Amino acid sequence: MSGLTLNHFLVLAALLFAVGVLCVTLRRNAIGVLIGIELMLNAANVNLVAFSRFHGHQHGAVYAIFVIMLAAAEAAVAIAIVLNVFQHSASISTDDYTEMKG
Amino acid sequence: MDSAAPSLGPQIAFWIFAALTLGTALFAALSHKIVHAAFALMATFFGVAGIYAVLGSDFLAVTQVLVYVGGIMILIVFGVLLTDRVPDEYKVASPRRYLPALLVAALAGAALVGAVAATKWPGVPATMPEPTTTVEGIGRSLLTDYLIPFEFSSILLLVVLVGAARLARGGTR
Repeated sequence: MSGLTLNHFLVLAALLFAVGVLCVTLRRNAIGVLIGIELMLNAANVNLVAFSRFHGHQHGAVYAIFVIMLAAAEAAVAIAIVLNVFQHSASISTDDYTEMKG
Repeated sequence: MDSAAPSLGPQIAFWIFAALTLGTALFAALSHKIVHAAFALMATFFGVAGIYAVLGSDFLAVTQVLVYVGGIMILIVFGVLLTDRVPDEYKVASPRRYLPALLVAALAGAALVGAVAATKWPGVPATMPEPTTTVEGIGRSLLTDYLIPFEFSSILLLVVLVGAARLARGGTR
């Protein structure tokens, strides 16, 4: 029985990313779309940490910390925008956000 | 077989956490109520933290739980609760949207898995190397090689803090 290989983690991350894509494309709720984006960011982070471990240095882990930081910032701003638009149009359906059409 | 025996523990942990991660992620993508999706997402974050632990990245596992479960989850739950007025929008898309969404997701997943399977990673050992303690290395990296991005991220977080507070206040000028 062989141990865990890099491909175990990369395939897991690829599947998690695909589920994130599914969530983003399927949801009509703006917060549901945000949930899908968080899934995709997590999938990218699994890749970074896996390569960090298999290469034996910490650069990937440091990069993953920056991704986590950016995900937190992105979630805060995105939810602030959703709340603002909700106050404006009383809807969080992505189909109703058509006012910015050029 | 003695050399193979110690690797069994991480392997079992990997499969448990991988099943937890993917199962709850699918539930988060497909559940009809957005509140259920939010709490399934919390379980997904725990699963990913477990994967980090299997990878020997103790610091990132703790950071994942602190930032995602403690911070981002609270934000998402607050967002769900504050926009809780139109029950119809809690439902996932109408059935005629399922097919394109599934198609796009399946294509993305197939392309990524195919790329992973087709690529030979040079310089990567076949099995997981021995874990090295990561906290000291990460701390040194953050304050030497990555000092400029580290300081910029603090500025970014301050801007986000002020900007999100300003945005969320909405109508008041």
